[in-house]
Amino acid sequence: MPTKHLAEAMMKKSFHKLVLGVVGLSALTWSAVGAAAEGHNSAMQLARNDVANVASLQRGARNYVNYCSGCHSAKYVRYSRLAKDLSLSEKQVTDNLMFVGERIHDTIKIGMKPEDANHWFGTTPPDLSLIARSRGADYIYSFLKSFYLDPSRPTGTNNLILPGTAMPHVLWELQGLQQAVYDGESDAEHNTVHKKFKEFELAKPGSLSPQEYDQFVRDTVNFLDYIAEPMQIERRNLGMRVLAFLIVFFLFAYFLKKEFWKDVK
Amino acid sequence: MSATMPEKGKMGQLVDWIDARFPLTRTWKEHVSEYYAPKNFNFWYYFGSLALVVLVLQIVTGIFLTMNYKPSAADAFASVEYIMRDVEWGWLIRYMHSTGASAFFIVVYLHMFRGLMYGSYKNPRELVWIFGMLIYLCLMAEAFFGYLLPWGNMSYWGAQVIVSLFGAIPGIGESLVEWIRGDYYISDITLNRFFALHVIALPLALVFLVIAHILALHEVGSNNPDGVEIKKLKGPDGHPVDGIPFHPYYTVKDLVGFVVFAMVFALVLFFAPEMGGYFLEHANFDPANPLQTPEHIAPVWYFTPFYAILRAVPNKLMGVALMGAAVVLFVFLPWLDRSKVKSVRYRGWLWRGFLGAFAVSFIALGYLGLKPATPEYTLAARFFAVVYFAFFLLMPWYTRIDQTKPVPERVTYHAH
Repeated sequence: MPTKHLAEAMMKKSFHKLVLGVVGLSALTWSAVGAAAEGHNSAMQLARNDVANVASLQRGARNYVNYCSGCHSAKYVRYSRLAKDLSLSEKQVTDNLMFVGERIHDTIKIGMKPEDANHWFGTTPPDLSLIARSRGADYIYSFLKSFYLDPSRPTGTNNLILPGTAMPHVLWELQGLQQAVYDGESDAEHNTVHKKFKEFELAKPGSLSPQEYDQFVRDTVNFLDYIAEPMQIERRNLGMRVLAFLIVFFLFAYFLKKEFWKDVK
Repeated sequence: MSATMPEKGKMGQLVDWIDARFPLTRTWKEHVSEYYAPKNFNFWYYFGSLALVVLVLQIVTGIFLTMNYKPSAADAFASVEYIMRDVEWGWLIRYMHSTGASAFFIVVYLHMFRGLMYGSYKNPRELVWIFGMLIYLCLMAEAFFGYLLPWGNMSYWGAQVIVSLFGAIPGIGESLVEWIRGDYYISDITLNRFFALHVIALPLALVFLVIAHILALHEVGSNNPDGVEIKKLKGPDGHPVDGIPFHPYYTVKDLVGFVVFAMVFALVLFFAPEMGGYFLEHANFDPANPLQTPEHIAPVWYFTPFYAILRAVPNKLMGVALMGAAVVLFVFLPWLDRSKVKSVRYRGWLWRGFLGAFAVSFIALGYLGLKPATPEYTLAARFFAVVYFAFFLLMPWYTRIDQTKPVPERVTYHAH
């Protein structure tokens, strides 16, 4: 009997080793292949926004209606929902966020016709209800901070994050206009110079300081993040309660099982 | 029973009334309270009951989603956002369904791997295994059809890529693709028929196959981590000495497993429903746009091992054939495996090595299928695809010469 037990124990051990080996090996392949595919875009910046910050969301909503909603709809977002989630009264929303005679349960639409948009910009400005989910908050934050002067573009500016964008730099009065500075790397073999983005240089200051502009963009991105998934705070709160319940449930289930299995010999 | 309870209550009378007309008590006993399962089930045996739980979850949440979803190209995307924003608890039901889809595959893959480890497909359980494989095929179809329904851009282009694979079949390919789509491109018509298949045809097939899977299992009895047939050794009461009634022993045990599963599920559902873009892909928050291909089209993670095999082959037809083979080969396992021993516990190092290599290659292919097909990745995918197929094709050879150990008479069980 003891030898049999020993053999069993060894068997178990070697099997555990096998499982460990499998896990370890897959982790290795994973990290090795992952390291080779690491991201590259140095112009990307972290938005560091916080959807729980209601004051920031209120400022973001203000920014959105003042600077974005002329061209960009948010057609899944209702004004009444904004009132509820942003701790505003319906009157505050009607007076401060709604300008063209919408009603409180309407969604955020634009007056610009798609044909006009196509005529003016060559494309229809995208609806922004879900932009924070399809592109990510960091992307929008970086995008709004990466317009630079480019005389070859019809709008006079280009964007480092989305080169050739049809969007003009609508926030230029706030940010000012910036120049892109590059590091040149000459490539004699191909008789060319590789340009590598280094930094932005403010060519003409705007009405906001760089810090104020960052905060302006952060608030706006925060608002976009919130409208992309308005229930996200409620979701996390409910999650905590569900987990607390499950922990208690686990104790009951565990001891119930233990009690029943006592007689299994 | 009647000796101890001379007077039956109202409930007992009702059960008697039903039993005279329908085998209620008999079915309950046969499949639950007097179904004898081996007492040595380990961690890996939770995933069967969990798969059933997830199936029920998907059906129930699916019914509620259907109440507000609109299967038309014009309204589908907006109706999903309507569910997420305006329907009471709509977001919870939708996230349960989307998380449930990935959970279904995780649970089913672990359930299948359990079968591989302990030889649960071997005689006399070949039909249990084949029904299981048919469930897996239906599940893949169900997931694929369901993925088009949100009508996001990845839904659209994913369906476009997968459906076009049928075009590789010589002769009938192009007309077959047109027949599947019902149009010259993925359109409103395609969405409508995928909806019909997703909410009626495949769920029906799945439920029937699950019933067949369980009936076949209960006919032959459950396997166990030792691969010992418990029916060979019966006690004086006629029940296997190493068996215990499924109810209450495994119902209470599976309840513990369910709660742990529910915790993991809740962590994803409430704190990371997109799971970093793997459960809900970022590009799918853009509505379907036939004129704009997403930067990088990758199927959802549960299809990527097969997608990696498809891309690893330069010839499209061969790629499609190999991808199909990668799935279908599982069906032949009961006959490819020539070993007399079921469980990995009593098999030799050859089997362990091949099984381990197979598991690694499956995971590696899954990872590679998510990545763009660079030359290095393609080379890696080819290597792992060879390992993947070697597991099946060399099986008749290595299972015959593998050094197995003697299988004990009884299952290994230490009372806690």
